[in-house]
Amino acid sequence: MTALVLLDHEEGRIRKSALSAVTAASQLGDVHVLVAGDVAVARAAAAIPGVAKVLHAADAQYAHELAEPLAALIVSLAGGYDQIVAAASAVGKNVLPRAAALLDVQPIPEVVSIVDAETFVRPIYAGNALATVRSSDAKKVLTVRGSAFDAAPAEGGSAPIETVVPATNPNVSEFVAVHLSDSERPELESARVVVSGGRGLQSEEKFHVLEPLADKLGAAIGASRAAVDSGFVPNEFQVGQTGKIVAPELYLAFGISGAIQHLAGMKDSRVIVAVNKDPEAPIFQVADYGIVGDLFEIVPALTEALN
Amino acid sequence: MKIVVPVKRVVDYNIKPRVKADGSGVETTGVKMSMNPFDEIAVEEAVRLKEKGVASEVVVVSIGVQQAQDTLRTAMAMGADRAILVLSEESPEPLAVAKVLKAINEKEQPGLFILGKQAIDDDMNATGQMLAGLLGWGQGTFAGKVEVADGRVKVSREIDGGTEDVSLALPAVVTADLRLNEPRYASLPNIMKARKKPTETLKAEDLGVDMTRRLTVVSVAEPQQRQAGVKVGSVGELVEKLRNEAKVI
Ligand SMILES: Cc1cc2nc3c(=O)[nH]c(=O)nc-3n(C[C@H](O)[C@H](O)[C@H](O)COP(=O)(O)OP(=O)(O)OC[C@H]3O[C@@H](n4cnc5c(N)ncnc54)[C@H](O)[C@@H]3O)c2cc1C
Ligand SMILES: Cc1cc2nc3c(=O)[nH]c(=O)nc-3n(C[C@H](O)[C@H](O)[C@H](O)COP(=O)(O)OP(=O)(O)OC[C@H]3O[C@@H](n4cnc5c(N)ncnc54)[C@H](O)[C@@H]3O)c2cc1C
Repeated sequence: MTALVLLDHEEGRIRKSALSAVTAASQLGDVHVLVAGDVAVARAAAAIPGVAKVLHAADAQYAHELAEPLAALIVSLAGGYDQIVAAASAVGKNVLPRAAALLDVQPIPEVVSIVDAETFVRPIYAGNALATVRSSDAKKVLTVRGSAFDAAPAEGGSAPIETVVPATNPNVSEFVAVHLSDSERPELESARVVVSGGRGLQSEEKFHVLEPLADKLGAAIGASRAAVDSGFVPNEFQVGQTGKIVAPELYLAFGISGAIQHLAGMKDSRVIVAVNKDPEAPIFQVADYGIVGDLFEIVPALTEALN
Repeated sequence: MKIVVPVKRVVDYNIKPRVKADGSGVETTGVKMSMNPFDEIAVEEAVRLKEKGVASEVVVVSIGVQQAQDTLRTAMAMGADRAILVLSEESPEPLAVAKVLKAINEKEQPGLFILGKQAIDDDMNATGQMLAGLLGWGQGTFAGKVEVADGRVKVSREIDGGTEDVSLALPAVVTADLRLNEPRYASLPNIMKARKKPTETLKAEDLGVDMTRRLTVVSVAEPQQRQAGVKVGSVGELVEKLRNEAKVI
């Protein structure tokens, strides 16, 4: 069996969650990858061990990984594959269900474990339940949760690169602009340590109190929905059911109450630390270490103690 | 321009879901059900477009059991003009829902479908994309901002590293993210008025859609529960534990 993995990328780098999708796909059989956009990314893809072939969609219509042309391309290539796989990233979640509909397949989103070629485990209800589902579709279309599979190594392989013939562009969508938050920090979904703030941070200015601590720990910064909705940080910081799913070695939650929608995004972290002034806050039920107290005293003290 | 908003009845987001003892699914009997929160945002956006004069009519559709009528009434109390209830088993799959909505498109010919980006029960995040695929239309998923002008819709989308703006030819499909707007509460007079708004009831079979599931649930289980850890008394103690016990720093 051979799987085709859509390998998505940002600013010339393959997403770590896409490398996890390669690992997941290799549990099913041989792996070919599809890269839309820059040739440098296709070359990087060729170096991933275990990738047997790189399909490179070089045509300009694929430059921004727009769903409409990309889904059409995947459908034109799908004939030779048993599975179509992508990371459950913004790109994967946008493109794969569209391709699935065109193939008359019910997609299987956010797979966290592969039982066999027909059977997959996925979280439902904000991760409060794990459903094992069996697909009767001849072809499987799945997105894979990055935190559930190790990333494939980036070096060691030397797969051939083949340029694919473009499919007919539906011509219903145009890319206008992209606004990426420029940050020196590690990517939230792949950081070893995440420092997260909630409504307890009170304001955009006060949220900066977390930065020296994050610097010290080499951490990414995350946030609850309440912090994002209140405008303390941009939307891409949100951790949770409807934000990013993270599973770092260490997750530090400051002024976050621990609503189930937030827990859905971080409860698979290896070690959780919670700081909250309310001893009854639900976050303490999942924290390995908790401190009851005022974060505005504890954060600077912790930063200092790490010196 | 007419806007169609599909709305789903789900377990209320304040309820902690419980897995059934026999592992067949999540308990939904006797549990408070509400409109999927993302669909409230979708309805709000459609109603605002009508209030701005961009849209002429807002039609809400739910596919499911008879009780989905309550969800449709809530949407009409928020300002939708009329409703269509397509009777089927509870919680059909996105592929089937997308096919039903495609049939609704033939009947209603809207300029825009606005859906929620995901339903909070099955968390599929798929229906809007699948509908757009079946119709051959553009899709503005995870929308944080929507502007309709000159026969196109510009959508600012929430993506992993920030936001992306796309421009789509109309008709198109948009799926609502959390920050698109803050949905209004329905006022009592509007709840009363909604009772008089019309609901048309159809059957999925009558639309010629095959609702057969492609996924069968083998089992549903509780995830492994995390144990609550310890509360420490000081920052010094925390650092010591992180260094020597957890060995993470
Ligand atoms: C459809 C839907 C999807 C959602 N998706 C998400 C999601 O993806 N991610 C997410 O996070 N939420 C999500 N939510 C929202 C979620 O339900 C909660 O509202 C949110 O997580 C609360 O954020 P919070 O913990 O920062 O705020 P609050 O619940 O208000 O908690 C603030 C905490 O800070 C503490 N505090 C205040 N001041 C201090 C201080 N000085 N020192 C120490 N502690 C202090 C308080 O004791 C309190 O516990 C979603 C909700 C819905 C309906
Ligand atoms: C009682 C019960 C039994 C189930 N049995 C099974 C089973 O046997 N096998 C299985 O695989 N799954 C089963 N499920 C899960 C069910 O298949 C999912 O709810 C379904 O896959 C839909 O996914 P979603 O709603 O998360 O779609 P999403 O794609 O996340 O929904 C996105 C948006 O699409 C629209 N939408 C979605 N559904 C509807 C609808 N019905 N009406 C109107 N608009 C809609 C809404 O605007 C929504 O915001 C069951 C669920 C329940 C409650």
